[in-house]
Amino acid sequence: MLYFGAAAWPVCGVRMRVAQARPWPLHGFKAGLAGCRKHCVVDFSAQEMSICRVTVGGVVLAVIAARANSFAENHYFPIACFGGRPPVQGAVSRKRVFQKFYHLVRDADLCSTIQSSQRESAMTTPQRSDGVQPGRLEPSTLDQNFRDAYPPYDAHEAVVAADRCYFCHDAPCITACPTEIDIPLFIRQIATGTPDAAARTILDQNILGGMCARVCPTETLCEQACVREAAEGKPVEIGQLQRYATDTLMAKDIHPFKRAAPTGKTVAVVGAGPAGLACAHRLALHGHDVVIFEARAKGGGLNEFGIAAYKSTDDFAQRELNWLLQIGGIEIRYDQRLGQQTSLQALRDAYDAVFLGMGLTGVNALGLAGEETGHAEDAVDFIAELRQAQELGALPIGRRVVVIGGGMTAIDAGVQAKLLGAEEVSIVYRRGQDAMSASRHEQEHAQRKGVRLICNAAPVGIEGNGTLTGVTFAYTEMQGGKLVTTEDRFTLPADQVFKAIGQTLAGVPDGLALDGRKIAVSETGATSIKGVWAGGDCAAGGDDLTVTAVAEGRDAAEDMHRSLMG
Amino acid sequence: MADLTTDFLGIKSPNPFWLASAPPTDKEYNVRRAFDAGWGGVVWKTLGAEGPPVVNVNGPRYGAIWGADRRLLGLNNIELITDRPLQTNLEEIARVKADYPDRAMIVSLMVPCDEESWKAILPRVAETGADGIELNFGCPHGMSERGMGAAVGQVPEYVEMVTRWCKMYYDKPVIVKLTPNIADIRGPARAAKNGGADAVSLINTINSITGVNLDSMSPEPMIDGRGTHGGYCGPAVKPIALNMVAEIARDAETLGLPISGIGGVTTWRDAAEFISLGAGNVQVCTAAMTYGFKIVQEMISGLSQWMDEKGYTSVEQVVGRAVPNVTDWQYLNLNHVTKARIDQDLCIKCGRCYAACEDTSHQAISMSPDRVFEVMDDECVACNLCVNVCPVEDCITMEVLQPGAMDERTGSVVEDTYANWTTHPNNPSAKAAE
Repeated sequence: MLYFGAAAWPVCGVRMRVAQARPWPLHGFKAGLAGCRKHCVVDFSAQEMSICRVTVGGVVLAVIAARANSFAENHYFPIACFGGRPPVQGAVSRKRVFQKFYHLVRDADLCSTIQSSQRESAMTTPQRSDGVQPGRLEPSTLDQNFRDAYPPYDAHEAVVAADRCYFCHDAPCITACPTEIDIPLFIRQIATGTPDAAARTILDQNILGGMCARVCPTETLCEQACVREAAEGKPVEIGQLQRYATDTLMAKDIHPFKRAAPTGKTVAVVGAGPAGLACAHRLALHGHDVVIFEARAKGGGLNEFGIAAYKSTDDFAQRELNWLLQIGGIEIRYDQRLGQQTSLQALRDAYDAVFLGMGLTGVNALGLAGEETGHAEDAVDFIAELRQAQELGALPIGRRVVVIGGGMTAIDAGVQAKLLGAEEVSIVYRRGQDAMSASRHEQEHAQRKGVRLICNAAPVGIEGNGTLTGVTFAYTEMQGGKLVTTEDRFTLPADQVFKAIGQTLAGVPDGLALDGRKIAVSETGATSIKGVWAGGDCAAGGDDLTVTAVAEGRDAAEDMHRSLMG
Repeated sequence: MADLTTDFLGIKSPNPFWLASAPPTDKEYNVRRAFDAGWGGVVWKTLGAEGPPVVNVNGPRYGAIWGADRRLLGLNNIELITDRPLQTNLEEIARVKADYPDRAMIVSLMVPCDEESWKAILPRVAETGADGIELNFGCPHGMSERGMGAAVGQVPEYVEMVTRWCKMYYDKPVIVKLTPNIADIRGPARAAKNGGADAVSLINTINSITGVNLDSMSPEPMIDGRGTHGGYCGPAVKPIALNMVAEIARDAETLGLPISGIGGVTTWRDAAEFISLGAGNVQVCTAAMTYGFKIVQEMISGLSQWMDEKGYTSVEQVVGRAVPNVTDWQYLNLNHVTKARIDQDLCIKCGRCYAACEDTSHQAISMSPDRVFEVMDDECVACNLCVNVCPVEDCITMEVLQPGAMDERTGSVVEDTYANWTTHPNNPSAKAAE
């Protein structure tokens, strides 16, 4: 790829005076773009196809034909530009270009051709250099890659989408929502021009409704239950509508809740993640004074550190956190890790009740030799680092990246590696695709971004002597209900490996009964210790989703309130 | 392809789709475009008496209501009759008619309610070569305040009187356009017939306020903070128009009086419905104002295809076909028993039928924990509400119970005979069956 720091010429109106048959030097094209504001990308690596593309933000704006054998001479002539402007002088019509070439430029095969030609090319660009390096893509491309994956609806789009809701009786979508938001009601409120009221309906049940609208796997929750999904495979876009409502309210900086009169009771909440925040807000609402003990220097938990950047743009996790704190009565103390700066016993002594929502801080290991060396890293660390990066171009990323795992973390790591400029990214999962805990929607998102999914393969060796060169996998199969590796093996070349094979509860305070590997809780989040509740990923049950954590934090708060006021 | 040629009062047009007298037919330019697009005829925007033309407001003339995605469902206007000089209109009418001799050209008229005014304008209209006139007794706004339009149409005596003058001073067909802003449409229709009208056309627009601006507390459309009632038209008024057309078509006193159907005709199907209820042709306005003149192509192809499928070879064969089936409530067969049936394969389990029946009707639909909805025949009165609220077409249908079957709601066996209210024992004025 070559990049030019300039706007697409159809946008800025630069005309190219190039006759159809006359060779056209590339530097002329560069000059034609000078002085424009956005970035234009010319991809001339597909010279064997005799077609090059000019794109802005992934949108093909023009097709440029490379004349036979003219690559060395940098001779091109434009065929057409897209995007509303007439074709450049002497060019064939836009319609004809679409007819003749559009399928080519969209064709995935072309992309792979481009990639292989890139590899074989003697030219070196940041994208094609081996190893783990920063700056593989231009800042402008990174900006485009990491912008909002699903841009918000405007008012008209929202009303049109809202009109598709049937306002079902005892709606299945409500049942499917872990926080039981009254979805038909809030959608009707949008349809009738009162998105603020819609937001209130959402936030009554789910104080982090803004984030959940962005990160919920709605395709397996409310939207899967939508009767229109059953009817026509196209559910009401509940997630997008929820985002529209909550964004509208938050843009006005309205906090629609008011604290009850102070009760004089104090509660300690461990962890400022979704469970802790939901719990704290509900407790504060009831008039209790809450202190949140957060291990990190920043709140938000996985919303801030654990999800892909393109799902939570514009610092949304922090904005939502600050908006939530407007209820009053909540203090957050940072750098307070349970077991280090404070302890459960100390909290129990100092507060009337304690809620544990510290999440899962341990990371599972592969158990392979070489795992600790080279560029074998935990995917959660990569995601957190990326989320906190001031400059994405400064983040080092491998040319060939392997992600091991099959959950949302694996997808988020794999996609973001690709978006940072990794040339080849493979997510390898030991079981079949249907068993991946990442939703099909997420899997397809990764595939659209050019990430390869390899299933039924487990890592058996990390290759390289000091420097990572690849990962060897063995295909797996089920034998007697048990997953076993076979002798059929393959090695994926890799400069970097991300491990995304699950997280574990670490540093459990003494005396807490466990259920499996998590804290045992009652239906309302009560632990085995009186006066201590737990919720979110650290508590047993649930499915490690933001929305589940919110529900558990909220319900625990209600139980705590009853107990405190009892 | 079915022949859509129509002969309405001896006026031939290549299809039954005319543009109604309204803004789309106000000028030569528009009308030429309409004819070029394929419209069978036009009724020229209403002309007034010689003299300074009327003036229109300089703020909004239209208000609207919308469905989802801003689909226009109803339009309201406060525009008056043509605000261009009479002579200009007459010259244009003559030119266009000469250039499009195969299309129907009707001139709409509205002059003060005195014989002299009508006597003055009619010869000038005749000179244009137009095929006929339509008397605008319908506009409910503006002109009615000056004793014209609906102010005439609401008084059957006036309707008859003016119609008679027109028949006296004009020798081509006279169509009387009726206002729906009246208790019984048959009154002015009978009056028109008595006055010698060749046909009636209906409906004109319905008095309406499309909404209220809740910031300025003004009706819409709003002119400088105030509003007035305007004429409502478009898809929303079609059911009202269909009924009025049918009432005239089946009235013994107006039997056989030709009707030009107007009111929310948007597609070929709407047109077919009007025609089947007795209209010899239809007039269209709002649909053209919403989508442009090209829609006539769909109307032509759709009506033609439907007629082919049904084996009709001319529009004439369709006119009034449904009229014999329009009756009074008292003659409906009370022994006709139906029950709602839910097709479980089509059901998407939205539960709207349940909510509607349980909350607002007869508690005749059950809901199981796994969202299976079933009709309870012993409660179902066959009201059809569930059919109407179900979002899936044909998922809920009404099944006719055959004679001999048990109606579980009444405990009676369905009878084979026709029986209506006039003979029902609960009817105090019932006559014993003879």
